[in-house]
Amino acid sequence: MIRNHILVCGGTGCTSSGSQKVIEALNTELANNNLQDEVKVVMTGCFGLCALGPIMIVYPEGAFYSRVAPEMIPEIVSEHIIKGRVVKKYLYTDTTDEKGIEHDSLSDTDFYKKQKRVALRNCGVINPENIDEYIAYDGYEALGKVLTEMTPAEVIQCIKDSGLRGRGGAGFPTGLKWDLASRNKSKIKYVCCNADEGDPGAFMDRSVLEGDPHAIIEAMSIAAYAVGACKGFVYIRAEYPIAVRRLQIAINQAKEYGLLGENIFGTDFSFDIEIRLGAGAFVCGEETALMTSIEGNRGEPRPRPPFPSDKGIFSIPTMNNNVETYANIPQIILKGADWFASMGTEKSKGTKVFALGGKIVNTGLVEIPMGTTLREIIEDIGGGIPNGKKFKAAQTGGPSGGCIPASLIDTPIDYDSLAAIGSMMGSGGLIVMDEDNCMVDIAKFFLEFTVDESCGKCTPCRIGTKRLLEYLEKITEGKATMQDLDDLEELCYYIKDNALCGLGQTAPNPILSTLRYFKDEYIAHVVDKKCPAGVCKSLMQYKITDACKGCTLCARKCPVGAISGAVKEKHTIDPAKCIKCGVCMAGCKFNAIIKE
Amino acid sequence: MKSLEELRAIKAKMQNSVQLRGVEDEDSVTRVVVGMATCGIAAGARPVLNKFIEEVQNRGLKNVLVTQTGCIGVCRLEPIVEVITPTGEKTTYVKMNADKVAKVVHEHLVNNKVVDEYTIANAD
Repeated sequence: MIRNHILVCGGTGCTSSGSQKVIEALNTELANNNLQDEVKVVMTGCFGLCALGPIMIVYPEGAFYSRVAPEMIPEIVSEHIIKGRVVKKYLYTDTTDEKGIEHDSLSDTDFYKKQKRVALRNCGVINPENIDEYIAYDGYEALGKVLTEMTPAEVIQCIKDSGLRGRGGAGFPTGLKWDLASRNKSKIKYVCCNADEGDPGAFMDRSVLEGDPHAIIEAMSIAAYAVGACKGFVYIRAEYPIAVRRLQIAINQAKEYGLLGENIFGTDFSFDIEIRLGAGAFVCGEETALMTSIEGNRGEPRPRPPFPSDKGIFSIPTMNNNVETYANIPQIILKGADWFASMGTEKSKGTKVFALGGKIVNTGLVEIPMGTTLREIIEDIGGGIPNGKKFKAAQTGGPSGGCIPASLIDTPIDYDSLAAIGSMMGSGGLIVMDEDNCMVDIAKFFLEFTVDESCGKCTPCRIGTKRLLEYLEKITEGKATMQDLDDLEELCYYIKDNALCGLGQTAPNPILSTLRYFKDEYIAHVVDKKCPAGVCKSLMQYKITDACKGCTLCARKCPVGAISGAVKEKHTIDPAKCIKCGVCMAGCKFNAIIKE
Repeated sequence: MKSLEELRAIKAKMQNSVQLRGVEDEDSVTRVVVGMATCGIAAGARPVLNKFIEEVQNRGLKNVLVTQTGCIGVCRLEPIVEVITPTGEKTTYVKMNADKVAKVVHEHLVNNKVVDEYTIANAD
């Protein structure tokens, strides 16, 4: 008889911090104590607190261990599992008070308190490689209900009533998309799942696929029934090996159970899913480029119309949805459109998953009701900015989005509020920046990314983004004029209006939003030739102050021999030789080296 | 999968085994806490714990959480089991064994009647 379940996170974050070794150590230690028949070790998907990985949770006590190392396992097994004493020193500190006594259940901690898990509801709860566990948590019940009790029109109406909008970023109403797809009278139709998550720092879709792959299979089947499709494609990047493997396992299990294939649930509905791997090009997240890539061609977008709902993969009408959009579907069917619509704001219903990254304490995955403010996400859930630094801006929407300055930190997070301030929801990457980040440098970073990722098909994007980057380089090197700033802005609008696909149309957004909120920083670079944050190397130099004791440490550490001076006398840096690597400043024991 | 019934059968079968991972309504849970320190284990607490889990699962009792704790203090009366109802009433059973567990589950957990003869008040 099983008396304890030990859940260990097997998401990419915890896997890279060593959760597989923890699982091995657990199995060994349990076998040594002859407990293998009493304690079950379960590998799950992401718990969200990636910064504290590997995460391990022991039920029924619900003890939440963080930063678990294989060396801790013998102690945890002998104390907690054998003797029933939770090893408090290894618990996640937010679940204990200052004396180390457990006082809060996990759902009461700052990190989880304001979260609402819908798309992520099974992540960190079930073993994603076991279809029975998914079924135990209501899995495939929504599909059964749809096939046996609802007409396709009723399904579409339900999704429409829920107010669900596309979670890939643009926010197109999902019910309307399904409705349009169902109106096409073609005998063969496809549904497609866009799992080509490419924003730097975003990993929402990966986590859903890793932690709850059956939810995507179930939702795609429901979508296929609603619009009359017979086959589904999941386009996923090959850089997500764990997600690909678990999805394939899930598809195989679903086929074995007859939840994919012919005559599902004894009805005349038949459906099958195929995985197509992408090579990691950012443009393939754009739906027409994605479909071109599935066809085996080079991933390039094409003009719309014709829309995919008329002419999609292999010219067959195709309906595309994002992973997170699909992840909401089974819950909406089971709990009803009203339940879903009760969460969120008037025009943005439900919840949204964000990948928190950058200068924030709790790096990880969070799911919040729409309308939660940026402040709540950063200060309460995210635990604030580390090292006592000041919050400067948050970047949402990746290379297509914009920056939200500290003055707008109380903006509610929903599609329309974000669009109104020049950013966008995006797929859910949220990068937090503090006072040490230079906004021009941030814009440059994203432009470097889009220049690399532009497919080159249309001129505004291929050449335009390159020119934008050159302007930014000029600014960060202190060579730009005020005229350049005006030209930069004009070119931004030209590209937005003329690029072929979403990649090019949104590529100038990081520049436009930083220009809008941080113009003084641009001007400081251009007019004063200074980088206020001290990031742009051409505009700053290292100097040795009178605090120097002449210990010679910096002179010995300098890789290019730019520092000179006699022992016990103040040293100097030769700006002509200095490569601004910062080694001297990091090594100085007297804080005598400054940058300005 | 030919019918919803088939799906629900799998669900029912699996729900027992995932029940450990938290009950739906925390406030209506009866906790069964088994003392599992060295003294308890030496006196035979492990078979007691396993018997509890087996009985609770076999009877499909929802809202019963079987868990373990360290030394309760009266080592001479081990194995000790505490049953804590949702309202906070605590009953302490002492010198437990597998046969006594069956009776406690049947009378106390199912029929809500304390088994007086096994409680600490009636220990010698």
